[in-house]
Amino acid sequence: MRLILISMMILCFSGLCSFFTGRNPRFANIMGAGGTVLGCLVGLVPATIVLWTGQTMSIHRPWQVPFGSFSLQIDALSAFFLFTILILSAVAAIYGNTYLWEYRKRKNLGTSWLFFNILVASMILVVISHNGMLFLMAWEIMSLASFFLVTFEDEKENVRRAGWIYLVATHIGTAFLFVLFILLAHKGPSLDFDHFISFGLNGTSMAGLAFLLSVIGFGTKAGFMPFHVWLPEAHPAAPSHVSAVMSGVMIKTGIYGLLRTLTFLGQPEPWWGWLLIAIGLGSGILGVLFALAQHDLKRLLAYSSVENIGIITLGLGLGVLGLSLNQPVLAVLGFGGGLLHVLNHALFKGLLFLGAGAVLHATGVRNMEQLGGLMRQMPWTGAIFLIGSFAICGLPPLNGFVSEFLIYVGAFMGTGLSGVSLSSIGVITGLAAIGGLAAACFTKAFGIVFLGEPRHTPALLGHEIGWGMRIPMMLLAFGCLAIGFFAPTVISAMVPVIGNVTGLLKIDIDTHLAVVTVPLQRVTALSCIFILILGFLIYLRRHLLSDRTPAQCNTWDCGFVRPTASMQYTASSYAQPITSMFGFFLQTHRKIHAPRGLFPAKASLHTHTDDVFFQGLFLPLFRGIERILLPLHWLQQGRVQIYILYVAVTILALLIWNLR
Amino acid sequence: MQTISILHPLTALILSPLLPGIINRTKAFFAGRKGQPLLQTYYDLARLFQKTPVYSQTTSWIFRAGPLAGLASAITALLVLPIGGGAAMFNFTGDLIFLIYLLGVMRFFTVLAAIDTGSAFEGMGASREVQFSVLAEPALLLSLLAMGEIGEITLAAGIQETLPRLSLSGIYTSLSFSAWMHSGTVLLLAASALLIVLLTENSRIPVDDPTTHLELTMIHEVMVLDHSGPDLAMILYGAAIKLWIFSALLAGVLIPVRSGNFLLDGAATLGGIFLLTIVIGVIESSMARLRLLRVPQLLSGAGVLAILAIVLVLRG
Repeated sequence: MRLILISMMILCFSGLCSFFTGRNPRFANIMGAGGTVLGCLVGLVPATIVLWTGQTMSIHRPWQVPFGSFSLQIDALSAFFLFTILILSAVAAIYGNTYLWEYRKRKNLGTSWLFFNILVASMILVVISHNGMLFLMAWEIMSLASFFLVTFEDEKENVRRAGWIYLVATHIGTAFLFVLFILLAHKGPSLDFDHFISFGLNGTSMAGLAFLLSVIGFGTKAGFMPFHVWLPEAHPAAPSHVSAVMSGVMIKTGIYGLLRTLTFLGQPEPWWGWLLIAIGLGSGILGVLFALAQHDLKRLLAYSSVENIGIITLGLGLGVLGLSLNQPVLAVLGFGGGLLHVLNHALFKGLLFLGAGAVLHATGVRNMEQLGGLMRQMPWTGAIFLIGSFAICGLPPLNGFVSEFLIYVGAFMGTGLSGVSLSSIGVITGLAAIGGLAAACFTKAFGIVFLGEPRHTPALLGHEIGWGMRIPMMLLAFGCLAIGFFAPTVISAMVPVIGNVTGLLKIDIDTHLAVVTVPLQRVTALSCIFILILGFLIYLRRHLLSDRTPAQCNTWDCGFVRPTASMQYTASSYAQPITSMFGFFLQTHRKIHAPRGLFPAKASLHTHTDDVFFQGLFLPLFRGIERILLPLHWLQQGRVQIYILYVAVTILALLIWNLR
Repeated sequence: MQTISILHPLTALILSPLLPGIINRTKAFFAGRKGQPLLQTYYDLARLFQKTPVYSQTTSWIFRAGPLAGLASAITALLVLPIGGGAAMFNFTGDLIFLIYLLGVMRFFTVLAAIDTGSAFEGMGASREVQFSVLAEPALLLSLLAMGEIGEITLAAGIQETLPRLSLSGIYTSLSFSAWMHSGTVLLLAASALLIVLLTENSRIPVDDPTTHLELTMIHEVMVLDHSGPDLAMILYGAAIKLWIFSALLAGVLIPVRSGNFLLDGAATLGGIFLLTIVIGVIESSMARLRLLRVPQLLSGAGVLAILAIVLVLRG
């Protein structure tokens, strides 16, 4: 337990050091990144111990803050999230060390590292704090630190706008959390999590309300549709290693919060599961559809995070249904698949964001319509990005398949059970559709950026990134492969985590997990056979071609002799059939200048897909609120004296109220 | 059981190039032509394996890896595919997902190899391929699942269970003619959905026309325009195996001979597969290709049939 405190201290101290030595970018960079890596490595020790032994570590100290206490606890659930957070943060820090270097002239790197390290430390505190007050404080620090990281390039207008949207969204979410914690604590003596359980809302009608509050509050952070609107704004604006951490692990603290709240609420009701499954289906399918319609590589990845949060929520929904209807096998597989997908998504989405950062670093372009053919200049990045794309599509033998497989099998077990059948069919259909759409989305992302001919000059200038950015990406790619091939081992290591969420005994979980462990062993065997067959075919091809020299020529374009790069299929044209098939949801805007006359001169087509929820729901809502509140504008005079008067009057009023 | 179950992948590897030949002969018969030899695909494969490939300067190693990965995943998929009354070499709960996702791997690499050429035609084909798979995948999964739920009912009637219930082998061994007697509607719906998915996934009329190369309307053929030599051979072979897989899935439902005699059951399914390819030939000869914009409607139809099947079986 002491180690985790040391880890947080290292993070804060190195962040401060980096901040104060900001004038010297080299030192600030090494201090910031090195501190994060060291802090994360130290923190990994307790996380691994707890995951390994299944024992809980805790610390409890009094604290002056009302209802607060400085109590920390690492149980298996915390340790699992801790593990994910620390691994991705360390890798992202190594990457950021090189990535930020080109900003050294324009920006103070020390500030960026200060907030990065504080972000990591606050994420640690969020998942281990065992008191509501402490949790909310850590939560708020986390939100603010990431806000300052998002607005790193604050000279750009769209970055400031993105930061603003993020700040508003996250605080609205936090407001719901305040209400949630007050509701949870209103019977008990303090905001300690133990009291939440003992004096909890277990079985009362308030439990449903608390659940709804946590879905909105934590869902805003996690990116549940329609509360996801900040994700596609904030993630592209942030530096790439920050996007990787935010998308890979920070939004997962929302999932952690939801799971933690579920442990306070006792026996769930079936409608909670149904609600989660509905949210999962919405976020999953719409998330990937919006991702498909994007031209900006990082925006595409941000929407794809919404999709993956959807998949995680589908798992959690099945799990909750299993708990409420007393079907432990559903609970084990649902929560197991959802939780494993948390780790998997951290790995491959971190990898993809780092890959997008590499592309941005090399070409300076995020718009896929201007990229293409990068495979030649950036073979390493290309190969690693391919692994990430393959994994995120959930294709065997990589890790994405394992977690989706768990959720699928869970849903299979649910068909035929009363109360679950419909949800199960929904989950199965949804996952299959998401799988197909994700394949479309990521063949587009990889294919348009890395394959074919360069569409625009910046892509020609691309160059391979240095080892300082390549090695972190390789580490994550290795993680994707390892989880894919050692799936049965990984699953058995997750037993204490599942036990923590479901409250089932280890022996029960083992029996229910047996439903998938044997299949996963077979999948691993088949994956090895697949690799063997592939190896044989590669050998066969090499053998066949050993005495022949393949000819080189142009791409065959049906008799057209001079195909040019601009004749290639673009990102928008590739996605067009699907986006128009689902045009009802996407509301893509098109600006067409069609070719006219016998000798058409110039023609152009622009498409743009705004976020339907942002444009249709939140913008009118906030405009309405603004209109209502505008008459109160006279209160805001801008003079300090008047504000002090307001404070004094308020205190007086409160005192009088107290005298009553 | 294990030694016998390896026979099926071997049979499929040897016999699958026969299927395109049968389809072509059927079409030739309806067109009043003599047609190409039944073994034409074998000749093509042999010839292509001996040729020297031509590569576009635009392409990278992805283009060369595409056919290899595609064929490897098709062959691996054969290992979970049951045939006749027997189980597949590998059977486990949820192996239908594995099968479908392996075909996804095949598609992933074919599509990337197509984009790698930088050709507008191949990009177009790739784009359509992924569009249709979005609709075809759920339909396939749900129709297989619906058949699995029927299997459960049959088992409840007193048949001993040794295979995992929700595995392909479990689903197909528990199908029988008596299953057609008591839940024929469900099977019919599932089989129709399967047929539509089969025609789509194997780029057959009415979705795609395998005989045209230079039209703006085709999907699979246009994706492989640039492949040549051994690469093209692997693609052709992979496509034949894929056709075999889908035909075996459909023939297993339509002709569920489960006598317990390994040879008889196997022969019945093999006969079913060949019969089915003749049916595909008849469909191709008697129908025009659908307008491309209508294809999603056909596929949604398949999805609806599959959902109907599963709702019926769960309600009934």
